[in-house]
Amino acid sequence: MSSDRQPIPPTRPTGHQIIAPGHTFATVSDKISSIVLTRRTPLYWFIPFLIASALLMVFLVAVTALLVRGVGLWGIKVPVMWAWAITNFVWWIGIGHAGTLISAILLLLRQSWRNSINRFAEAMTLFAVACAGMFPLLHLGRPWLFYWLFPYPNTMNVQPQFRSPLVWDVFAVSTYATVSALFWYVGLIPDLATLRDRARNRGARIIYGILAMGWRGAASHWQKYETASLLLAGLATPLVLSVHTVVSFDFTIAILPGWHSTIFPPYFVAGAIYSGFAMVLVLAIPLRAMYGLQDLITMRHLDNMAKVMLATGEIVAYSYIFEAFISWYSGDKYEMFAMWNRMTGPYAVTYWTLIFCNLVFPQILWVKKIRTNVVWLFIVSVDVLVGMWLERYVIIVVSLHRDFLPSSWGIFHPTIWDVATYVGTLGLFFFLFFLFIRGLPMISIFEVRTLLPQAEVAEVEQ
Amino acid sequence: MSQVFHRSTNTLSRVSIFGGIFILGFLVWAWAELNASNYATRAKVPVNQPVPFSHEHHVGGLGIDCRYCHTSVENSSFAGIPPTKTCMNCHSQIWVNAPMLEPVRQSFRTDQSLHWIRVHDLPDYVYFNHSIHVAKGIGCTTCHGAIDRMPLTWQEASLQMSWCLDCHRHPEEYVRPRSEVFSVAYQPPPNHVEIGRNLVKEYHIQSLTSCSTCHR
Repeated sequence: MSSDRQPIPPTRPTGHQIIAPGHTFATVSDKISSIVLTRRTPLYWFIPFLIASALLMVFLVAVTALLVRGVGLWGIKVPVMWAWAITNFVWWIGIGHAGTLISAILLLLRQSWRNSINRFAEAMTLFAVACAGMFPLLHLGRPWLFYWLFPYPNTMNVQPQFRSPLVWDVFAVSTYATVSALFWYVGLIPDLATLRDRARNRGARIIYGILAMGWRGAASHWQKYETASLLLAGLATPLVLSVHTVVSFDFTIAILPGWHSTIFPPYFVAGAIYSGFAMVLVLAIPLRAMYGLQDLITMRHLDNMAKVMLATGEIVAYSYIFEAFISWYSGDKYEMFAMWNRMTGPYAVTYWTLIFCNLVFPQILWVKKIRTNVVWLFIVSVDVLVGMWLERYVIIVVSLHRDFLPSSWGIFHPTIWDVATYVGTLGLFFFLFFLFIRGLPMISIFEVRTLLPQAEVAEVEQ
Repeated sequence: MSQVFHRSTNTLSRVSIFGGIFILGFLVWAWAELNASNYATRAKVPVNQPVPFSHEHHVGGLGIDCRYCHTSVENSSFAGIPPTKTCMNCHSQIWVNAPMLEPVRQSFRTDQSLHWIRVHDLPDYVYFNHSIHVAKGIGCTTCHGAIDRMPLTWQEASLQMSWCLDCHRHPEEYVRPRSEVFSVAYQPPPNHVEIGRNLVKEYHIQSLTSCSTCHR
């Protein structure tokens, strides 16, 4: 990359690589806000949006069928009572983690390159958590009684079982959803005010005006904003680690071989960030091409994200190897059987596909040429997303299908409704995401402006 | 560009934020109260029966024992609704021409049961057994209230699960000596918790709170 890197204070790298030269405060605002306000809604927005809407309809049909007929509609059968739904839950919630990592941890670490990707990454988090939340709810059997999961004063005088990790899950995920939504919204306020001021049509001005909550850009506003966003970042940072840790407890607290393992929490967190960055790349690569945002989401961003993926991918790879090693080293025949069955049993193909997708193929990211090639990056990202889905599938279904008693062994067969519900949440995710890029600035206008060299000068002059 | 919002919007938005929280809080509170209210549980609401049978008169006034009519209470899950014959034991001799009792006589003549309206109707997913409660020293009036003062019978307790669990979690507060189970005049002595603890031990009362105790 560029060799003209100047010696700079470590906390504020210059914008040379994270924003293309030639931009001013006005061009940044114009470029990002015009996508929402003035440009005609392009065909390449409508087509994916229509596909996503169609898939959302599939989801509604699948959910309606589930409510009418019950969870027996899915392929779950003793001994595999957790299957696609829980796989999808863990997969979606994991994907969300990248958004929080980018918005919170990278903010606290003053990685200013995050400024141009945090907005849509956080939106991705929210929508992924929304999709994730669907599955445990639908899996309840009687989803309309979901509020029984919360401790509330009820006429039954019963409270949730706090010794169950499933209850911890409720708190972890709902906290995560709340903090992510708040963080995202607080970060949007200055940009909503920009949109309010730039909107020509009265309806848009009123809507953005209400959402901007009277933001005038006064120094006192900025001071409160900075405090609030730091506080929220501080709140969100532990969540990056805790949420998937709690999700992994759903498995590790059980005594099932293949689940009962202390390596799960860090391994799940790394896997979550791994798949999350893959999803960010899957979204960012087409987006920057479609809307011509290569000057704001530069190769440097893609390269950085690929590096994070590589690093978390190595942690995941290490965990796979150690999971196998420990089950052998334990000398416990049930553990050994569970691992051997994974590798050579009826689901061996799934396991080795997972190893290829998550452990072998992503190693090409060591090559810089691959990391800066959008096509290869896109392929690796999709591969990782597939691999991470398979990982959860292997952990859940393959561990369950061989019960302690051979008489209760079974094989899981997904039904069309399993597929419809999963594909449906993809529809929900992209439906929300395309609505988001149409109605809100997908890149943070004011944060990208701070990346400009002009912003540096102003600070020095003070 | 003209202002989109009037100055008053500032106040309006502040009020709506605080108001929103309080309105939401109020709705949750109101909903919880409604669920626990007599309106929802139909407790304390006298039920109209084909014959206005008065427990006040028969139990309080005449002193008839509960088991005279509810014969199976000691050895069955169901306390039993008396057949018309039980009424006629007396009413073939007294008040034989009372118009109020015509449905009873008609039932006796035609051999068609009286259609009493059930007052205590537990949901079908709850298993309840009278005999075990009676055997372990839970008095009739503990659950059914001051039946000797009910001109028309009503459901005294909410019958909500929290009400069941109050006793299942702390039986010592409600248990009484077996000899007092059918007494409608029993008043718990001041040291009833202490006595209760001893009775719990003596009668081997277990605090059964597992789901499958009642939801079988």
